[in-house]
Amino acid sequence: MSTAAPNPPGSAVAETPMQRDRAVTIYERSVSGRRAAAIPASGVPDGDRPISELIPEHLLRCEPARLPEVSEPEIVRHYNRLSRRNFDLDSGIYPLGSCTMKHNPRLNERVAALPGHARLHPAQDPQRAQGALELMWSLERSLSEICGLPHVSLQPSAGSHGELAGLLLTRAFHAADGETERRTRVLTPDTAHGTNPASVTMAGYEVVKVATDQRGGVDLDDLRAKTDDRVACLMLTNPNTLGLFDTNIAEITGIVRDAGGTLYYDGANLNAIMGHSRPGDMGFDIVHVNLHKSFSQPHGGGGPGAGPIAVSDRIAPYLPVPRIERVDGNNGSRPQFELRGAEAHPDSIGRLRGFQGNFGVFVRSYAYILSLGGDGLTEASETAVLNANYLLARMREGRAGRYLKPAFDRRPMHEFVLSGSGAKKELGVKTLDIAKRLLDHNMHPPTVYFPLLVDEALMIEPTETEARESLDRFADAIESILAEAEDDPEIARRAPYTTPVRRLDEAAAARTPIVRQEF
Amino acid sequence: VSGYTSVTGDERREMLASIGVSSVEELFDVPADVRLDRPLDLPDGLTEAEVYERMRSLAARNADAESEVCFLGAGMYDHYAPAIVDAIISRSEFLTPYTPYQPEISQGGLQAMFEFQTAMTELTGLPLSSAGLYEGPSTVAAAGYLAIGATKRRRFVVSAGLHPHSRETLRAYSEGYPASVEEVRMAGGVTDLEALADAVDDETAAVIVQYPSFLGGVEDLERIAAIAHGAGALLVASCDPIALGILRTPGDCGVDIAVGEGQPLGNRLDYGGPSFGFFCATEEQIRRMPGRIAGETVDVDGRRGFVLALQTREQHIRREKATHNICTAQALNALGGMIYLSWLGRQGLVELGELLVRRTDYARRRLAAVEGVEALHDDPVVREFAVTFAAPVGEVLDYCADHGVAAGVPLGPEYGNGLLVAITEQRTIEQIDRLATLLGEAVHKAGAGRRQKAGSAA
Repeated sequence: MSTAAPNPPGSAVAETPMQRDRAVTIYERSVSGRRAAAIPASGVPDGDRPISELIPEHLLRCEPARLPEVSEPEIVRHYNRLSRRNFDLDSGIYPLGSCTMKHNPRLNERVAALPGHARLHPAQDPQRAQGALELMWSLERSLSEICGLPHVSLQPSAGSHGELAGLLLTRAFHAADGETERRTRVLTPDTAHGTNPASVTMAGYEVVKVATDQRGGVDLDDLRAKTDDRVACLMLTNPNTLGLFDTNIAEITGIVRDAGGTLYYDGANLNAIMGHSRPGDMGFDIVHVNLHKSFSQPHGGGGPGAGPIAVSDRIAPYLPVPRIERVDGNNGSRPQFELRGAEAHPDSIGRLRGFQGNFGVFVRSYAYILSLGGDGLTEASETAVLNANYLLARMREGRAGRYLKPAFDRRPMHEFVLSGSGAKKELGVKTLDIAKRLLDHNMHPPTVYFPLLVDEALMIEPTETEARESLDRFADAIESILAEAEDDPEIARRAPYTTPVRRLDEAAAARTPIVRQEF
Repeated sequence: VSGYTSVTGDERREMLASIGVSSVEELFDVPADVRLDRPLDLPDGLTEAEVYERMRSLAARNADAESEVCFLGAGMYDHYAPAIVDAIISRSEFLTPYTPYQPEISQGGLQAMFEFQTAMTELTGLPLSSAGLYEGPSTVAAAGYLAIGATKRRRFVVSAGLHPHSRETLRAYSEGYPASVEEVRMAGGVTDLEALADAVDDETAAVIVQYPSFLGGVEDLERIAAIAHGAGALLVASCDPIALGILRTPGDCGVDIAVGEGQPLGNRLDYGGPSFGFFCATEEQIRRMPGRIAGETVDVDGRRGFVLALQTREQHIRREKATHNICTAQALNALGGMIYLSWLGRQGLVELGELLVRRTDYARRRLAAVEGVEALHDDPVVREFAVTFAAPVGEVLDYCADHGVAAGVPLGPEYGNGLLVAITEQRTIEQIDRLATLLGEAVHKAGAGRRQKAGSAA
C-alpha cells in the first residue's frame, strides 16, 4: 500500500483554504464595548465607595490592561479556529522519540473533573482532604513498586523539576558527610536529554560527559577514568536515548556507588520496562517518573506534567516536604493520612514549589494505573517494545533500509534511532526535509537531530497504543517520501505544502523577536 | 485487547514473525540480574466503571468548594471559571499535542502562547513574558536565578510578606545556585521599608516582595524599587494576576521581574495544581528569560506565523549553558488563563477587581466588628486580609467547618497566629455575614470553654 503524496511542489501549489485564512489574533478581533463576562454588583450594604477611598490613588492602575473586548461566541470561534491549526495525538501517529505520546484515556479527564478533586482547595485542613491524601499515598506506593525504590515524593512538576530535586538531594546527601566542597562533578552520558546538563548547572554542579561505546551503551573505560571522589552523581537513562538497554548497568552503577556518588535515573524511558526491570534493582538511588509520558497525562501542547521521584533509603531523609504519612487506625477504623513538614523531617531539602504538587495529574495517572493494573502495565511495556521493533523491521525494508540506517545495530526497546546521513548523501534530502514532508501525510514526525551523537538523527517511538496498520502507514509514508526524493529531492526540500503555514523563518524570529502584540 | 492497546494475539504473532523472533521476551535485551522475576505487586486492572467508582468515592471524602463555603486563599482562589475554559481546553487539538517543536502543525498552540504573553505583559506592565512556567513559588526561584546571571551577585533579600512557600522554595533552590537568602520583617500588612533599606547592600542580586503581600497588604513598589535599584539590585515582585487588574503595574513602579501564580485566572483549584506560573521582565533580560517564548514571523510564502523564539536560551539547544532547565511546562493551563482573560475582557477585569476591593473591605470591617476579633493590619487590601482573635485558631476553624464554612488559612506564629481570609466574587455578602456570625460564636465558645476550665481548675 502506498500513501498518496499530496500536492506537487513549487509555486504551482494552490493555497489551501486554511492557508488563505491568515492568522488573526484575539486582540485584532477586539471591538470596543464587547464583552463576555457579567460581573455582579458588590452588594455591600453601606453602598459602593470610590475605589480611591479604599486604596490610595498612587497604588492604583492608570489605564486598564488592554485585554481583548470580545463576546463569548467570538471567543469560542477564535479558539476553535486556532485548535484546527494544531496537529494532535487524536488525529494520527505521533512517534516523537523519548516523548511517549500514548493515548490519553478520557476516563482520566472525567475523574479529574469531579468537584471533590477539581474544586478542592490546597490549603484545606488535611483532615478534610483525606480522599486526596489517600489517592496521593496510593500513587506513591504504586510508583515505589514500579521503580523498585521504597520512598516517593510526588512534588516535582515535571521531569526537569525531578532532576533538579534529585541533584539537590544529592547535594544534601554529600553535605551530611562533609563532602560538599570535594564532590563538584556530575557525570552524564553524551546521549543525555538536554534537561540533564541544564539541571546540573542549576544545582551548582559541573557537567562531565561520558562517552558512548560501540554498542550504544556507556563506555566503561571512559566512565572508570572519570569516576573519582570528585563525582557527586551519575545521571543516566536506561534504556538510553538510543532506545538501547545498557546491559552493563549493574557494573556502571557499581563503579559510581563504590566511588561514593549517587545514582540518578532519568525516567523518560520508563515506558520500555514497566514490570520487566526496575531502576532500584539496577542500583539507582533516585528516579524521576514523567507522569505525562508513561502514565498517560495528556501533554497539553507543552504541559502540564508531573515528575515524582522515588528514592532509596539513604536518600529518603532529604526528600522534599510536605510528605504524606499513613497512620493506621485503631480497632479497624480507617487509616488517617497526614501532611508532615520540616518539623517532622529536619534534614529535608525543603520545598520545590507551592502546596502539594500537580494533584490533577496525580488523579489521572492513578486512574491509569488502576485501569491497567500490574499486568496491564507490564503488557503496555511489552507492546511498546513490540511496536517499536515491528516498525524498525518495516524500516529495514525497501528504501528506508537503504537510506535510513539504524544508528546502532542492536535490538532496541521502545524506541529506535535512525541516521538520515544516507538520504542526505545519496538523495540530497536532510532529516529535516523528511520530517517536514511527513506533515503533508498528516503524520507527526519523529524527534529529529537528537541524540546529538547520531548524524541526521530520527528518533522514533511509536508507543503501545498505535495499531499495526498505523505503524504500516507510517512506514509506507517514509517509503513514498524517499521514492519521491529519488525522482525530485526538491519536493521534500520545500515541504510542507498542505499545513496551515509552510516553513517558517525561525532566524528572523530570533534576530528581531516579536514576542507580543503591538497595539 | 486491554490497557488501551490495539494489538490482538494474531497480530502479535505476525508482528513477531516479521521481526524474526518467536516471543516478546526475546525483544528484551535485559540481563537476568536486573530483570524483575515476579509480577508487579499491584492490583489487577479494573473496568472503566470500577475505576470511576473508586475515584468518585475518594473524591467524596474531600470537603471541596462546592460542598462548603470557601474563604481559603493564600495564593489559590475559588473564582468562577466560565464553562468555555473547560470546553476549549478539553479539545483534543489543545489537550493532546506535545510541545510545538514542529511549528507548521502547531500554529494554534503557538498563537495562543503569543496571545498569552501579550496579556501577561499588559497585566504586569513589563514588555517581555515567557509562555509560562510551572506555578507560583518556583517562578520566584527562577527570578532569583535570572538575577544572579544579570548582577553576578549571590544574595537575595526577601520580604516576610512573600508567601512562605515561595520563601521555602527559593531557599531550597539557593542551596544549588548557590545564593544566600535574608528575610526582612513586615510592618503591619506590608514590608518594613526601613528594615529593607538596612538589609539591601551591594552584594544583593535581588529584592523579592509579594504584591499584594501574603497578608493581603498592597506594597508601595515604587519606594521598594528605589531601595533595590539604589544598591544595584533587581526588584522581583510575585504578583496576584487578578489584583494587577486594578493596581498600579509592576512595570510602572520600576519592577524588573514580575512573576506569580496563574491559578486565579480561570484554572481549577485542583488541590494545588496543575496551574501555571507567569514570568515577565524588562527588555534587557530577553536573553536570560526562562522557558518557552512564542514569536511572530512569516513562512516562505510570506504568511504570518508563529514559532518558538530565542530557543538558543533553552536546554534542548544550550544544554548546561541554558538559562533554565525547564522543558515540559504548563501550556494547557496558560491557555486556560488566556481564555479566562478574554472572557473577562478589558472592562470585566477592572470590574472584578473593584468588586473584590469593596467586598473585601466590607468583610474586614464586618469581621473586625465581631467581639474578640481584630484585623491584623489596616493597610489597603484587594481580596485578602488577616484577623486575629483570642481563641485557638484550630478550634475556631473546626467550629466553622462543622457549620459548612472553610473560614480561612491559619497563619503560623510568624504572623501572630491569625487567620487569612480570602474573598472572591463567589463569596456573597450573606456568606460574609455568616462567617462573621460563626467567628463570633466560635471565639465566644472557645473563650467560655477556657473560662470554664480556669474555673474548675481554681
